[in-house]
Amino acid sequence: MGDNQNLGQEDSQSNPGEEKKEMKTSTTPRSLADVASNRTRKEPGTNPLGSGLEARGVHAWFGSKHALKDVTLDFAAGTVTSLIGPSGCGKSTFLRTLNRMHEFIPTAALAGEVLLGGKDIYASGTDVTKIRLRIGMVFQKPNPFPSMTIGQNVLSGLKLAQIKAPNTDDLLQECLERAGLWSEVKDRLNEHASALSGGQQQRLCIARSLAVRPEVLLMDEPCSALDPGSTFRIEETISHLAKTMTIVIVTHNMQQAARVSDYSAFLLSDGGPGELIESAPTSELFSRPRDKRTEDYVTGRFG
Amino acid sequence: MSTIAPERGVPSPRILVTKPRRSDQFFRLVVTLGGLTSLLILGLILLFLAYRGIEVIRMEGFALITSSDWSVVEDESGNVVSQSYGLAAMLVGTILSASIAIAIGVPIAVLSALFLEFYAGKKIRGILVSLVDLMAAFPSILFGLWGFLIMMPSAEYWAKLLNKYFGWIPIFDVPAPVFTRSPFIAGVVLAIMIIPICTSISREVFSQTPLDRIQAAYALGATRLAMIRAVVIPFGRSGVVGGAMLGLGRAMGETVAVYTVLNIVYQVNWQMLFGAGGNIASLILLKIGEADREETNALMAAGLVLFVLTLVINSLANELVGRLGKTGR
Amino acid sequence: MTTVEMRQVETAKPGQPWRATPRERAFAIGNFIAAFLLAFVLVKFTGLNGKLGWVFGFFFSYIAISFVAEYARSGKPAAQDSLLTSVSRFAVFIAIVPIASILGTVISKGWRGLHWGLFTQDMSQATVNDPITNGGMLAAIVGTFVMVGLALILTLPISILTALYLTEIRGKFSGVIRFLVQAMSGVPSIVAGLFILSSIVYPVTQQYSGLMGALALSILMIPTVARTAEEVLLLIPNDLREAGLALGATQWRTVAMVVVPAVKSGLVTAIILGVARVIGETAPLLLVSGGGDATNFNPVSGPMGSIPYYVWKSFLLGGTEESSQRTWAGLLVLLIWVMFLFAIARYISSRTKKG
Repeated sequence: MGDNQNLGQEDSQSNPGEEKKEMKTSTTPRSLADVASNRTRKEPGTNPLGSGLEARGVHAWFGSKHALKDVTLDFAAGTVTSLIGPSGCGKSTFLRTLNRMHEFIPTAALAGEVLLGGKDIYASGTDVTKIRLRIGMVFQKPNPFPSMTIGQNVLSGLKLAQIKAPNTDDLLQECLERAGLWSEVKDRLNEHASALSGGQQQRLCIARSLAVRPEVLLMDEPCSALDPGSTFRIEETISHLAKTMTIVIVTHNMQQAARVSDYSAFLLSDGGPGELIESAPTSELFSRPRDKRTEDYVTGRFG
Repeated sequence: MSTIAPERGVPSPRILVTKPRRSDQFFRLVVTLGGLTSLLILGLILLFLAYRGIEVIRMEGFALITSSDWSVVEDESGNVVSQSYGLAAMLVGTILSASIAIAIGVPIAVLSALFLEFYAGKKIRGILVSLVDLMAAFPSILFGLWGFLIMMPSAEYWAKLLNKYFGWIPIFDVPAPVFTRSPFIAGVVLAIMIIPICTSISREVFSQTPLDRIQAAYALGATRLAMIRAVVIPFGRSGVVGGAMLGLGRAMGETVAVYTVLNIVYQVNWQMLFGAGGNIASLILLKIGEADREETNALMAAGLVLFVLTLVINSLANELVGRLGKTGR
Repeated sequence: MTTVEMRQVETAKPGQPWRATPRERAFAIGNFIAAFLLAFVLVKFTGLNGKLGWVFGFFFSYIAISFVAEYARSGKPAAQDSLLTSVSRFAVFIAIVPIASILGTVISKGWRGLHWGLFTQDMSQATVNDPITNGGMLAAIVGTFVMVGLALILTLPISILTALYLTEIRGKFSGVIRFLVQAMSGVPSIVAGLFILSSIVYPVTQQYSGLMGALALSILMIPTVARTAEEVLLLIPNDLREAGLALGATQWRTVAMVVVPAVKSGLVTAIILGVARVIGETAPLLLVSGGGDATNFNPVSGPMGSIPYYVWKSFLLGGTEESSQRTWAGLLVLLIWVMFLFAIARYISSRTKKG
């Protein structure tokens, strides 16, 4: 609650109604391309932290339904990549194939490879729990464990995976600081997580993912259930995190993609399986899209 | 949003009155009366059992539940010389056999529910769930006769084994080597009877675990066991405990399934492997046919005790099952 | 990052790389065989014996071996996970064995006692120790039908009104009534019998009859039917009710013409579950219905038999091969009824789920 009021001035900037207007008219001074070019793009390999992730010819099925077709995409270490596209284009499915959450659907099937640090995460004999420790995930809806306190939530990953950490107090503070939540919750670590606001809960979920020190963080529309103020805080958090790890974010909000990501990939389904249409540095994708369909989408002509 | 405050110039809210039509008023009256029938029935049960039993309750006082002597002595012409109605032995037997049933049945039921919900493949799960639900619908006479004719020999064998190796623990000790029709065997039959019910309830509770929490746990690198411990158990705990208590209530009120496999002996017996005990319901069934007026009233008092006991247990159980989800959020 | 050119790969086949590989399967089968061998050793050299000894020996060895093997292969968390897997498999096995045993014994012992006369004759001319071809269950079947049918007639209006009160009126007694209905479902069946004895049989009619049995059964039936009916009524979306009311209909007509028809099959399921709940009820009928051996269609006069009574009597008074055959045949008839009702309820609810 508190953060919304503090950030009152930010609200007007990221008001959803205003965004829609801007998407329709790409001639406004603050066009997506401008927003994107304001960022200084990070070149791949400039940061030693985190591992790169590479998808090689990934297909996904649900039963006999082909949901995703032949996606090959690199996520260089230490960069932020956003996946954009209209609903049902398979971007969330793609995200879930990247840390093997796809296989929870009983009829799911897959082809292709996903390489983490050069090794296929689907190779036989791979311990799936270890893969998910290295590739964290933040979900659409904040989902802290309600039976645990704020502090326990942050450290829950260690408990779940039975990892011993020498100094959990420091780790707790570090994760909450990196998630931008420390100052708000440092005095109430023993309260239950449900006492937090939606935006705080989502940042708590981010802190929770950080505690197991993943190399890659996947975010599935992390702000779609949040108000603009909280969205701003999460975007800030993402920018901070990008210094140390690889981030892949699925978003419906093109403004957000322009604000936070170094690279963008556009997926589209024409009724059949979703396909990768174009991927490029974000400023390029929004200013000089190469594909007609990308241009239509980013200028708001459809989708 | 402006809040309504008693300021000048701000109108006070209008009071909205909906007057239902005549037909609706009638409808609501009939439905309400129908709904109150359960209150009426429970009230009448309490009233009539108390009315019939009050004489005996007054006569015996606390001895009704503290003494274990149940006897009617008549002289040759059929006049009652002395009478004494104490339920202590039956109460102990009721609680002991039901507790054994819970101790055996609930762990099996909860583990089965976990297996069905999180481990079994889709096909196997469908078949097993149908079987368990079918068994939950079996009448108790089926369990009673099957327990007496088929299961008792094996249960006796296990009772002897327990006594042989754990006889040094007081509750596994026996005063004489009589292992037939003991509280232990009644407990095993009752356990088999409540396993399907507890499994069904636990599975139902587990299946309501929010998927996003399960996925969050998996996304943090949890194994299934770690996920269940961190998410499913905290979410479903109160529901499972409630299911267990429903099973307990069922086990305490069971008549025929206990009648067949438990000796009725008017003597308090805590040694579960020893063939002596009884429960209130089977005492009623045993005595009601041959009882005179006075003893019938005593049986009504016994029924009242059983009724109140199961009512309390069931209310607690329902409270716990209903609390599910409230603790979750 | 490079732009990806579009490639049409027709060779991609759906696969499920997370499925167990042949090697992992072989590992699992290896555990199984090792556990079997260990169980053999246990049974051979320790006190365990008999079928149950084998079963327990096998499962304990299986649990231990798979734990150790998994520990060696993938470490502690995976081993603990496999511990829960094998223990819960064992639990399901224990839960299923009695069902299999009950079904198996009742069917194998009961079918020899089945004969046509079972359904055309009663026990008025026969004792339980007569040859099985002498006499039958007619009185019992008729009695059960009459009593359960009557109980249903008594139960139905009360439980449906209760369910409607809880879902449609939602008046100030809702909490209390929901609580009481749940409390009622825990009333021991013998207490229901005692209640009818004390309130009607002793002070008023002074004779056992089918009607008394039906009254006792309906006490046990009301909570089951009311709760199931409430559940199905709650599934009706509120929009439907509001749509009816917004058309200017009275609440009574909305409920009668919109809500209740929408849950017809659910109410049928509720009735079937209620019947299944009481069809095998023994204790209250032993107390109040008298239990007759002659066929009696009249519920208000004379004792009335029932299937559970038939079984109980054959069991208690017998002791011979014939009476035992009667007991099992009676149980088989009862079991067939329960399974039949269960199957119908399943069929209806699965059909409504699809539609």
